[in-house]
Amino acid sequence: MSVVTLTINGQLVSARAGDTILTAAREAGIDIPTLCYVDGLSAHGGCRICLVEIAGSPRLQPACFMKVGEGMEVQTDTERLRGYRRTIVELLFAEGNHICSVCVANGACELQDMAITVGMDHDRFDYIHPNRQVDLSHDRFGIDHNRCILCTRCIRACDELEGAHTWDMAGRGSHSKVITDLNEPWGESQTCTSCGKCFMACPTGAIFQKGDTVAETDHPRAKLEFLVNAREKKQWNV
Amino acid sequence: MERLRLATIWLGGCSGCHMSFLDLDEWLIELAQLADIVYSPLIDVKTFPANVDVTLVEGAVANEDHFHFIQVVRANSRVLVGFGDCAVTGNVTAMRNSLGSALPVLQRGYLELADVHKQIPNDTSVVPRLLDRVLPVHQVVPVDFFLPGCPPPAPRIRAVLENIVQGKPPHLEGRDLKFG
Repeated sequence: MSVVTLTINGQLVSARAGDTILTAAREAGIDIPTLCYVDGLSAHGGCRICLVEIAGSPRLQPACFMKVGEGMEVQTDTERLRGYRRTIVELLFAEGNHICSVCVANGACELQDMAITVGMDHDRFDYIHPNRQVDLSHDRFGIDHNRCILCTRCIRACDELEGAHTWDMAGRGSHSKVITDLNEPWGESQTCTSCGKCFMACPTGAIFQKGDTVAETDHPRAKLEFLVNAREKKQWNV
Repeated sequence: MERLRLATIWLGGCSGCHMSFLDLDEWLIELAQLADIVYSPLIDVKTFPANVDVTLVEGAVANEDHFHFIQVVRANSRVLVGFGDCAVTGNVTAMRNSLGSALPVLQRGYLELADVHKQIPNDTSVVPRLLDRVLPVHQVVPVDFFLPGCPPPAPRIRAVLENIVQGKPPHLEGRDLKFG
């Protein structure tokens, strides 16, 4: 396996050829914030939170996709990147109906945490307040589209880990929404195995366990990580 | 040192932020030595005074009274602080915005769920007309500082007020910026 040497924030880092900048950075102890990325699922590159600067290129690149290169000079935490990250989070809050105070995931939400990370004290954009639906037809889980940020984690977890591909994306732009089967009520889905991996993967309170009320949801992400380790590294120990 | 002229107002909110303000407990005694509360739902003053140093605004702009009052408050306040999630984001008060206008809420509350006297209140001399769209305060008048939380915990309020009392700009970071 060939080794590539690059610098991230001025720090010399060695990585395997073919690694992404995100993997190389995290292995070197440099954190790059991410929202749609989940270890063990394919990268999606949709949220753009992990954008980084690469010397010599005017374009910002998503660290979750961009492969390392020999001699690459990467910056992950510049004034420009911090500005874009905050703007992205503000746009996400303005696009949906994210009311932390009445959300099942209050206190355990990656969108809420990301707002803290980027220092968002208010939203400079006008809230759209879209009229979105809640589907409670499933026995164990519900989906509140008001809280969905379209990160596609549920789609990828269902397809890649469970192999069911119950979830998919319908519509375009801000009218996009995640659907079950061919846009049928979740409870009537013939492919859903009720495994709960979409719930484990969801970063917000969009997919929740029935019976959970405000601030009660705690997505069991460790379970997802366990499954990924078991599959990829054959490690079955808890 | 000149005493700080402090005001608090309550627009479209639940008063929870003011309850959290009262949770400052014994620090309120210290605050009382540094500041005069010149206007507040907690004291009996009818009109908003001039030359206020700092005003904490609880609640979103939800009706015509709020809309006019906040302009008076802004014109007479040196520093305006968005106090709590409703003021900062619209929060629960703004959840009705996705219904498109105020009418569906009024119909639900005063017609569909009423047992007797089914009628939407229309005497605006008694009850101000609801705006069709609830707005966070900064979309109506400029806001100088944002103090998020539903409600903001007392230590967070204290952190902001302590800076203001000392003439420093408030600065919140980390979990002190948490909504909800």
